[in-house]
Amino acid sequence: MTPTTTTTAARPDVETEEGGFGLAVQDSLTLVRRNLTSLRRQPQLLVFTAIQPIIFILLFRFVFGGAIQAPGNIDYVNYLLTGIFVQTTTFSAIQTGIGLADDLNKGIVDRFKSIPMSRGAVLAGRVGADAIRNVFVVAIMVVVGYAVGFEFTNGVLGAVLALLLILAFGSAFSTFGAFLGLRFKNPETVQAAAFPMIFPLVFASSIFVPVQTLPGWLQAFVKVNPLTLVTDTVRGLALGQPFEVWPNLGWALLWMTAIVAVFGTISVRLYRKA
Amino acid sequence: MTDPAIVVEDVVVAYGETKALDGVSFEVPQGTVLGLLGPNGAGKTTAVRVLTTLLQPTSGTATVLGRDVVTKASAVRRTIGLAGQYAAVDENLTGRENIRLFGDLYHVKNPKQRAIDLLERFDLTDAADRSARTYSGGMRRRLDLAASLVNEPQVLFLDEPTTGLDPRSRLALWDVIEDLVSGGTTLLLTTQYLEEADRLADTIAVIDHGKVIAQGTAAELKAQVGGQVLDIRVRPADVSRAAEALRSVAGDEELKTDEAAGSLSLSAPDGGAFLVRAATALQDADVELDEISLRRPTLDDVFLTLTGSAMTGEPEEPA
Repeated sequence: MTPTTTTTAARPDVETEEGGFGLAVQDSLTLVRRNLTSLRRQPQLLVFTAIQPIIFILLFRFVFGGAIQAPGNIDYVNYLLTGIFVQTTTFSAIQTGIGLADDLNKGIVDRFKSIPMSRGAVLAGRVGADAIRNVFVVAIMVVVGYAVGFEFTNGVLGAVLALLLILAFGSAFSTFGAFLGLRFKNPETVQAAAFPMIFPLVFASSIFVPVQTLPGWLQAFVKVNPLTLVTDTVRGLALGQPFEVWPNLGWALLWMTAIVAVFGTISVRLYRKA
Repeated sequence: MTDPAIVVEDVVVAYGETKALDGVSFEVPQGTVLGLLGPNGAGKTTAVRVLTTLLQPTSGTATVLGRDVVTKASAVRRTIGLAGQYAAVDENLTGRENIRLFGDLYHVKNPKQRAIDLLERFDLTDAADRSARTYSGGMRRRLDLAASLVNEPQVLFLDEPTTGLDPRSRLALWDVIEDLVSGGTTLLLTTQYLEEADRLADTIAVIDHGKVIAQGTAAELKAQVGGQVLDIRVRPADVSRAAEALRSVAGDEELKTDEAAGSLSLSAPDGGAFLVRAATALQDADVELDEISLRRPTLDDVFLTLTGSAMTGEPEEPA
């Protein structure tokens, strides 16, 4: 329940922001370090995060791989893996939400809020730590990918830019996870709420199958789905033709900006009220 | 006289129709301990959340060291420490890392040395580099308390610091808290344990359904019950007969009975003389006495007298 108090925004005399930008960055880094240490001590979480995408790789590569025809002369394994990189960072947003909900539940957020520190640092620290975790997860996936026949076919620069875009999207989307965490405040509920929202996004996209194979009504959604636009850009960068970087990159960046603007803002607001 | 450390004036916190706090006022002089005593759901945690800037009151004002908790929130945060209802520690971090974390966030001068000192002070040096997951309940609370002291707060808030602890750990934590306030820290402590308030607090505010229903020292509150209390134990089957016999000597005095436990208690305004009258009446009624004793009233009796019901409230509103 939300107390019927006047909100901070309605009271311009309210002094809530702490310190300057420098201190906010310092506090965020302190919390990134704390979250990573915490994660390192929960190896089961890391293993789980890495194993799920590996299962997806193996399933789609060997079970569906023969039945699914990638566009152009592309090998399906290349088509699939680029998609799975994006899918994995999308799912990892759930961990952002679970981490925040956990801190809320344990009263740790209360303590953070009773400290004269930047209000945004707790969110930034969580998103930042999850970005670093994604680096490791994506690295594992590239290795596993190469083991099952994947390769970057558009040069080193293309590969690096593709990976950067994947990580950037992961961070942008983790603001959605932060929103779920602060909205539902309970790790189990966050998980339960996230799946029905994220599954359709992931499967009704170009991640696993070419858009042309889908019924027309579904294509309408799939073509504007941010995951399609990000994945297609990643393919343009990592694999080259027939995938186009432009205008997909433009749309992908627009989506990412919108996601951060909307869910970042709502999350900060929810955090203040939490 | 110096200004009070905490001033709460007519604070209301409303969740729609429900009022978690319904016009609460109290003051805590500097260097003293206020025990905010009440059952679950009485509004204790809400009061702490208002005073620690976590929740803005719907109406009314609250200040800590003269600073308004809403308009001067960050100034207030610099001077307070909070240990919440749950031991708010990251159990994946070690004790030392937990304290370092909060030292870093407060930007204290030498967070490393501060952690060493606090771990030593709270008897956690040996466990300092073990993950907090391995700590016992009492150790977690001590770690939580240590973390709340990182910034050397002038005003400390402890929300049910010993809830869920076994009696031995509770006694140990009481010692730690007593030691703390002897150094001059102002403390607001919430508790649902009457003996805890009795032991630690200079003054007690009894809170129920969002309202302060009584305020004073433990002795003053006990005086409200009046005189002493007579406790009697008989066989469970004899309770109703005993009650009848006692009514003849006690008149309108409020008589509490517990059939299952075979216990009866009533206030004994004139002490020893009343005990004799009661014992005689029971003997005349052929009730066999297991036990009869006079005692000073506890805060339990105070609560019963003030509210007409024992301290069994509804679950606390999730904060």
